[in-house]
Amino acid sequence: MLPARGAGPAGEAREELSGGGACVESTFGGFAPAQPGAAAAMIHSLFLINASGDIFLEKHWKSVVSRSVCDYFFEAQERASEAENVPPVIPTPHHYLLSVYRHKIFFVAVIQSEVPPLFVIEFLHRVVDTFQDYFGVCSEVIIKDNVVVVYEVLEEMLDNGFPLATESNILKELIKPPTILRTVVNTITGSTNVGDQLPTGQLSVVPWRRTGVKYTNNEAYFDVIEEIDAIIDKSGSTITAEIQGVIDACVKLTGMPDLTLSFMNPRLLDDVSFHPCVRFKRWESERILSFIPPDGNFRLLSYHVSAQNLVAIPVYVKHNISFRDGSSLGRFEITVGPKQTMGKTVEGVMVTSQMPKSVLNMTLTPSQGTHVFDPVTKLLSWDVGKINPQKLPSLKGSVSLQAGTSKPDENPTINLQFKIQQLAISGLKVNRLDMYGEKYKPFKGIKYMTKAGKFQVRT
Amino acid sequence: MAASPAYGEEKGGSSSLGEPEYGHDPASGGIFSSDYKRHDDLKEMLDSNKDSLKLEAMKRIVAMIARGKNASDLFPAVVKNVACKNIEVKKLVYVYLVRYAEEQQDLALLSISTFQRGLKDPNQLIRASALRVLSSIRVPIIVPIMMLAIKEAASDMSPYVRKTAAHAIPKLYSLDSDQKDQLIEVIEKLLADKTTLVAGSVVMAFEEVCPERIDLIHKNYRKLCNLLIDVEEWGQVVIINMLTRYARTQFLSPNQNESLLEENTEKAFYGSEEEDAKDAKAEAASLAKRKPYVMDPDHRLLLRNTKPLLQSRNAAVVMAVAQLYFHLAPKAEVGVIAKALVRLLRSHSEVQYVVLQNVATMSIKRRGMFEPYLKSFYIRSTDPTQIKILKLEVLTNLANETNISTILREFQTYIRSMDKDFVAATIQAIGRCATNIGKVRDTCLNGLVQLLSNRDELVVAESVVVIKKLLQMQPAQHSEIIKHMAKLTDNIQVPMARASILWLIGEYCEHVPKIAPDVLRKMAKSFTNEEDIVKLQVINLAAKLYLTNSKQSKLLTQYVLNLAKYDQNYDIRDRARFIRQLIVPTEKSGALNKYAKKLFLAQKPAPILESSFKDRDHFQLGSLSHLLNAKAVGYQELPDWPDEAPDPSVRNVEVPEWTKCTSREKRKEKVEKPFYSDSEGESGPTESADSEPESGSEEHSSSSSSGSSSSDTEEEEEEEDSREQSEDKEEEEEEEEKRPKRKDKDGSRKAVSGSAGSPSEEEEEEEGAKKGKKKAPQGRKGHAETSSEEASTSESSSSGSDSGSEAEAKQRKVPPSSKASSKEISLLDLDDFTPPPPQPIPSSSIISTSLVTDLEGLTLTDTSLTPTLLSPAFSAVKTYELLHRMAGEGLAVEYCFSRRPFPGDPHMVAVQIQISNNTDTEVKNLRVNEPKPLSGMRIQEFPEIVAALWFQSAWRQGTQPAW
Repeated sequence: MLPARGAGPAGEAREELSGGGACVESTFGGFAPAQPGAAAAMIHSLFLINASGDIFLEKHWKSVVSRSVCDYFFEAQERASEAENVPPVIPTPHHYLLSVYRHKIFFVAVIQSEVPPLFVIEFLHRVVDTFQDYFGVCSEVIIKDNVVVVYEVLEEMLDNGFPLATESNILKELIKPPTILRTVVNTITGSTNVGDQLPTGQLSVVPWRRTGVKYTNNEAYFDVIEEIDAIIDKSGSTITAEIQGVIDACVKLTGMPDLTLSFMNPRLLDDVSFHPCVRFKRWESERILSFIPPDGNFRLLSYHVSAQNLVAIPVYVKHNISFRDGSSLGRFEITVGPKQTMGKTVEGVMVTSQMPKSVLNMTLTPSQGTHVFDPVTKLLSWDVGKINPQKLPSLKGSVSLQAGTSKPDENPTINLQFKIQQLAISGLKVNRLDMYGEKYKPFKGIKYMTKAGKFQVRT
Repeated sequence: MAASPAYGEEKGGSSSLGEPEYGHDPASGGIFSSDYKRHDDLKEMLDSNKDSLKLEAMKRIVAMIARGKNASDLFPAVVKNVACKNIEVKKLVYVYLVRYAEEQQDLALLSISTFQRGLKDPNQLIRASALRVLSSIRVPIIVPIMMLAIKEAASDMSPYVRKTAAHAIPKLYSLDSDQKDQLIEVIEKLLADKTTLVAGSVVMAFEEVCPERIDLIHKNYRKLCNLLIDVEEWGQVVIINMLTRYARTQFLSPNQNESLLEENTEKAFYGSEEEDAKDAKAEAASLAKRKPYVMDPDHRLLLRNTKPLLQSRNAAVVMAVAQLYFHLAPKAEVGVIAKALVRLLRSHSEVQYVVLQNVATMSIKRRGMFEPYLKSFYIRSTDPTQIKILKLEVLTNLANETNISTILREFQTYIRSMDKDFVAATIQAIGRCATNIGKVRDTCLNGLVQLLSNRDELVVAESVVVIKKLLQMQPAQHSEIIKHMAKLTDNIQVPMARASILWLIGEYCEHVPKIAPDVLRKMAKSFTNEEDIVKLQVINLAAKLYLTNSKQSKLLTQYVLNLAKYDQNYDIRDRARFIRQLIVPTEKSGALNKYAKKLFLAQKPAPILESSFKDRDHFQLGSLSHLLNAKAVGYQELPDWPDEAPDPSVRNVEVPEWTKCTSREKRKEKVEKPFYSDSEGESGPTESADSEPESGSEEHSSSSSSGSSSSDTEEEEEEEDSREQSEDKEEEEEEEEKRPKRKDKDGSRKAVSGSAGSPSEEEEEEEGAKKGKKKAPQGRKGHAETSSEEASTSESSSSGSDSGSEAEAKQRKVPPSSKASSKEISLLDLDDFTPPPPQPIPSSSIISTSLVTDLEGLTLTDTSLTPTLLSPAFSAVKTYELLHRMAGEGLAVEYCFSRRPFPGDPHMVAVQIQISNNTDTEVKNLRVNEPKPLSGMRIQEFPEIVAALWFQSAWRQGTQPAW
């Protein structure tokens, strides 16, 4: 691995010296086609780089760009202390590197000319989503194990650097996702992952749905998931709170069903964005969602309930964290309790907090759940579990500070996670789901859930 | 699984080869003979008769390519399989071919005939894939073949093949730019294509090959606008960006005569009959000066058709629409994009990064747009640093007199953060707030001085730098702070901060006469150990002291200058020499010496702390160049608006045919795509109406007379407006015959668009002026004088009826068939009515003389009315929530400002409260319970309302004039 990278800078240095726009081709001893002045193509190449800086996959949609171009990226990576601080756009002498960081992998796209940066970034995220959809998880190991499928998928997603097929339903028609069964069958029979009939989906008027879908059990499930983003200040009052919701669907219906979904209180939704299958006009005029669903899992809608509406905050945190000057011991105490939960149980509560650097260790006793303090990263996490309103969970104890240092200026912020089943905190309710266009009777289900999004308590 | 053996092999290969990637061509293969053996088994497999073996070999080869290993020596063996029956083998061979054909041109030619056969296949998918691979092989010899293939495919029956042809155009162009002229012909042909499948791809080709040929777009402009919503998302981005540029060259700036409109606003508000006459004259005068702005209907079409795309799930599409609105829409309409952009902030951090950069630029130009979303930019400790700093930038840009206290409170939290880079940025931000908002300058300064005793040196250093800049604005009052900072020189080590302190002391040495020489003494002692920037400031300090207080500092100055004379740094030596000549009088120094004091102690202008995002908007927003703040390769400059509108008729497609063809096209589309064209989509596949809010409330409405108040009015207005819109539609079709009529209509439409965000009176007034309808204002006046209790309602109902009558008049002209479509469009225009945010202007006289002051009053009332509201600085959007129906257990209260003065009392304004009862039970005895207005405010109560399911009522409140 390393020798390959080591060769990089030398290669790049050579490019630099030779200068000129045609540096890309100069890596080949052979013929270098004339590069016209006009810029061409959106995404030139893609490199996948893991956390230790190995380029473990590269794909080029046009002429090959030497992987030494990634050295600029490594430079930027070194400069940024953390992976998430690597700038998404890095200019280099002849190219621009646009990257996204997901699942501990950097997806670095190389472009050569002006292009809307969000275009590339959004596409890269779409690539990751597709991998996730195909393989269940997206990790270096999985990508390496399925490198041929990955390569074929990438080939279909872009043509000459311009997105071609990005709908997962179409892609799956072109290239079948690997399953254990199919892998076994393929090894024995020598058949393939590539669909043997031609992908008619690309020609269809509903490009997001594959044709010829058949199920014995026809079912459509919708999950309304709301996340509360909030900042709570020291005294417990809400600085800002918003509700962000999504409706995720899992639709397994035969044929070409046409669904309509209506809400009891659609006006709650302040700002919405749709899956392309939703008919915008119907929403505008009647406030109902009318759509021919893609097959399988997809996000139908995401919405926002504005900050102007009062947001019910379902939990509160009582905290008493104090460090004293001169003493190497500090006090630490937090209690979590329910508030405005509409009679539902708060579960899956998890408290995390980044302690100041001068904290050496923490001696704490939780009234329930388990807690961990990592003395290296200084991260305290407390897995609380369910909140029992009769006996509020608390975590008490002392903090030992580095001797000789003065007390930290700042108190740590507390990040909270929780879940409430069967409740959409905004009060959004689905009224009914109707199906047209098919004769059978589907099984329909709807589930509500509220979660903490970016929920922070300042102390 | 299948790939894993390949891996093992490669790893072995790479370790034995050392550096196998580059320059490894078959000719040198002799050296790596072992390597050759390694590939021999692959060759064997490729030559076998079994597809499964071939497939296995191809998979291993592709895995090699993916890892960046060289597999070029297998070319002959692979290319033989190009005609393989097995689809997967074939696909992998294509992958290989596209990757290596460029290097092995001669061998690649062997495969061409296969593709040429494929191009003639009866199956459209095979035709398309053949063209795709053929065009991806970068072999210059086949350029003529490609050209031929593209030309043929461009007139293929199948839209999918035509799309592939469009994709092939830039490929060919990058291979041989001499083909440009022929390619433009193909592009021109494909631009005329009417399917959504092709539209995005051909515009992409257009942008790559001939972005300067804007004339090719004219005839297709309207079609592109109308197809836009059904084009796939990536194509949408490309089309929107192209249309932005197009619109900038073809239409006039919608904001060019803003000043004129503002004048009208005022006039309309106070318009009476005599004034009308004056107005008419004034208007005529200004007319003579400049033709009143009339938005080209095509310009409006673009804005209208892109707006729904703000709802896209694709961040790139949302951003594209946002930049289109920012660059093309009238100021009053730009606001709609804020909500969508704020929504993107929930997305991945890379998306946030790009969006925040753009928001930062926009928030400088249009601060009011993002003010309601201030809290969405609050920073969380978990945000990455680069996001934090961008959010800080936006918060600083949004700071104004009203929200500064909230923002500063937030900043206080940030200063305690563990992320020191972010703390430094926060201190800078405080400095900027302090310079921009005089009111809080002292508060900020005090806060920063407190930070000087912070334990973290970086924080102190940053504070010193910022304080220096602040003090420069008003040094006289702050000698205490300067003294305090002088003491810091003992402890603080950061060079920039030391230099700043020294500069301050030198500059204001007259304010601290006792301390300054002492500081110089200390610095002289440590001079040799200082950093260069500190040394330069020591020299400066010495020079200034020498000029003001030579008795005490003469020797010290000499000493410092002597030290500097032998410094290693030539800048310092130069400076020392220069200063010595200037301040120490010798016979040679001559004339300049006299002016030394003036030179050194001249009044220096205070620094202006500016956003780094200022003036970035000369780059097209959302572009890479904007993000980098530097011109990227291939960036197309966004042209300035033309002074004179180019001929709009170029967009007309030969008149009679156009109308026919649109309708035909639509019908055809309807048949082809039952999915998208709903029955209501008849006349424009563009927008649809949302009259739901109004109609919803009407359902509840009791038959009480107050039921006809403003929501109705609004609806009427909308409808009227939309009728005009629909007329515009018609106009397109009947352009020729209706020329004279058009002028009239445009006039009225201008009134509508002009009134965006301002009260409907203005509109009436204008229309009144235009059409000589004086009855309406009169009628309104009459009402206003007589009524006291129900003034606001009756007033609005009168205006409602007025516009109603106008609408009636229009209706006669409009064939009834277009009614449906008119409804459809109206929603948009409701949103377009978003008013500009009220600017707080201190009113000097008690009588409110303009609409603006009234509006200012309204914001004030807002504060007192709704303590629950988080920030009083919300710009006036339609209605505000007073009581959410969840919180109110079914009872919801909304209020809005009807933007009409309360005729009973000139100091009062009407506030309209809408109480809706969502429960089954009756709500009884509604009344105002012990109103507690702020001092200087009065409330005129309404009588108790005994019971209602739904009602509207007016509640008036006076405001305190001196703010």
